[in-house]
Amino acid sequence: MLGTIAIESLKRRRHTALLTLLSITISICLLLSVDIIRTQVKSSFTRTVSGVDLIVGAPSGELNLLLSSVFNIGTPTKGIAWESVAALASNRQVSWTIPLSLGDTHRGFRVVGTNNDFFEHFKYGDMQPLQFAQGASFNQSLSTVIGADIAKDLGYAVGDSIIVSHGLGNVSFNNHDAHPFVVAGILAKTGTPVDKAVYVTLEGLEEAHSTGGAHNRAHQPNEHEHEHEHEHEHEEHSDADNHYNSLAFKPEQVSVVMVGLKHRVTALQLQYQITQSKGTPLMAILPGMALAQLWQIMGNIEALLLGLSALIVVSALIGLSTMLLASMRERYQEIAVLRTIGAGPFTLLLLIQLEAMLITLSSIVLSFGLVTGLITAVKPWLSSEYGLFISGALFGQSSIIIVSLVLASTYIVSLFPAIAAYKRGLHAGLNSN
Amino acid sequence: MSDSSTSDSPLQLAIDVRQLTFSYSKSQAPILSIEKWQVAQSEHVFLSGPSGSGKSTLLNLLSGTLEPSSGTIALLEQPFSTLSQRQRDRFRSRHIGVVFQQFNLIPYLTVEQNIKAAAYFAKADKESAQSLSQRIVHLLEKLQLPASIVHAKADALSIGQQQRVAIARALINSPQILIVDEPTSALDVAARDSFMSLLKAVAKESTLIFVSHDPAMAAYFDKHIDIYTLLDKSCSSPQKKSQGEMAC
Repeated sequence: MLGTIAIESLKRRRHTALLTLLSITISICLLLSVDIIRTQVKSSFTRTVSGVDLIVGAPSGELNLLLSSVFNIGTPTKGIAWESVAALASNRQVSWTIPLSLGDTHRGFRVVGTNNDFFEHFKYGDMQPLQFAQGASFNQSLSTVIGADIAKDLGYAVGDSIIVSHGLGNVSFNNHDAHPFVVAGILAKTGTPVDKAVYVTLEGLEEAHSTGGAHNRAHQPNEHEHEHEHEHEHEEHSDADNHYNSLAFKPEQVSVVMVGLKHRVTALQLQYQITQSKGTPLMAILPGMALAQLWQIMGNIEALLLGLSALIVVSALIGLSTMLLASMRERYQEIAVLRTIGAGPFTLLLLIQLEAMLITLSSIVLSFGLVTGLITAVKPWLSSEYGLFISGALFGQSSIIIVSLVLASTYIVSLFPAIAAYKRGLHAGLNSN
Repeated sequence: MSDSSTSDSPLQLAIDVRQLTFSYSKSQAPILSIEKWQVAQSEHVFLSGPSGSGKSTLLNLLSGTLEPSSGTIALLEQPFSTLSQRQRDRFRSRHIGVVFQQFNLIPYLTVEQNIKAAAYFAKADKESAQSLSQRIVHLLEKLQLPASIVHAKADALSIGQQQRVAIARALINSPQILIVDEPTSALDVAARDSFMSLLKAVAKESTLIFVSHDPAMAAYFDKHIDIYTLLDKSCSSPQKKSQGEMAC
């Protein structure tokens, strides 16, 4: 009965109730969105790389090296000579290496030059290996393996040809038209930047650049000073499709090298050795530590955003309390009548709080629906623009905490009008006629 | 001081007022003072007096919406005025039905919801929703209201319909005492007669305290009491009476 009275009472004041509901819904949406983005960023970044113990590149910022090599965000660092890569690979502590050459795109998607070691050793999530949804790894110098999202978005299948463009922009005037790459495989969905990357052979990439007359690969992607003549011809490779050894090719430079160690405990030691080596200056980062550094930087921003969103929710809830308090004057008679027919002061307190809770609960339900819709709608944009891959359950433990805090705050702010109703004398309301 | 006639009667008392005074603040002189007033159970009493004479104040004291400044009110031989607020609320919802001058239905609830609310808050016994709905329809029929009206919102009803729904709400818990405050003031003579016949019929078993400033209504009741005969002499001076001011 109390529920019926609360609902009918709100329906009677539907305009103010709806405006209040709207304001609370918007504020909860904001808070939930900030929380989802926050948790998804962490989970997306943490999920992206697994099992890579060191990332080695030319000296630059640690975060820049991490973001450009693993997350395909930002500008790639300067290249490192292949001799350095070879020396690293021959280190007895090293189990495997994955050379990466960055700096090109295909229709806005990042192109990564690498060899078949990438498909063998790169892991994501909880040490999950990459799997092929169709086809297989590189089978000739001008072959490519594409991520699941690219295949889906651009409608590519194994056997299709794609043209790589120079530079990182969405639009490029320097296409390597003479060297189309043939899709050899399509990777299964990973929920990481791998899904939105085009992997080509180091050899093919260098060939495309050298023959195209643009520049050498992998060192200074935005600079065009090198002309590198490559001797390879297309036809030479076509005969050897099934026997292609991508590991045999040795480019002059690559952008970065991912390193897997035989024993992870030696990571710090090797990092020290690399940074202190007397030859070509190199920088080695531990992905986990670089991520921790990133979270530290983001922590303050996170706290600020969450704090602001929480303040907006509190202000909306104070609006709810104000709405209920303002309605008290016109409800004194109704309250007195309810008291006369047997509703005790505590029942009236519950009634007012129930009305507040109904508005907030409706707002919460609406917010969950709206945020789900919104995140689903902007998911492709977030992944293409910011490399943020939203996956798994949107709402988790933190969402439950947020909802609980919002409900607790509603309980507190609704106490003011509820106590006003509780204290209201019977006689005053009935005599208001 | 006045005694309504039942002081020496062996009948059980519905209302027993002793040394009652009331003022809105302690610093003010009492606006109502009754030394003794008793009403027997099932008696139908008409209480008259001009506007501002203290009739509604007395009804508010009897229904527990006001608390006496001093003295006692016993209802159905229970010390009503000394009960805690919670006990008084419960006693009122179970044993007292109140029909207000303005009917005071909750406008956004339907007829059925208005009546059900009174049954719900009384919490007298656990009755199934179906049985309660049937009782409501039956009660509305007795009050000559069609069953179809149960789902109409209270503010969509005519004055006459609101009046009857207010009676139905007051009667749903079968109260032993029914307090009715000037419900006929807005009615013409024919409608008033019809309403009174109906009220007397449905409230046959209850003690009925009916208040009006119109002495012509007295004909419908067992007993007619002018409020000035109840009040202390000091409160009902001829001068104040002629001016129609508050009793004391």
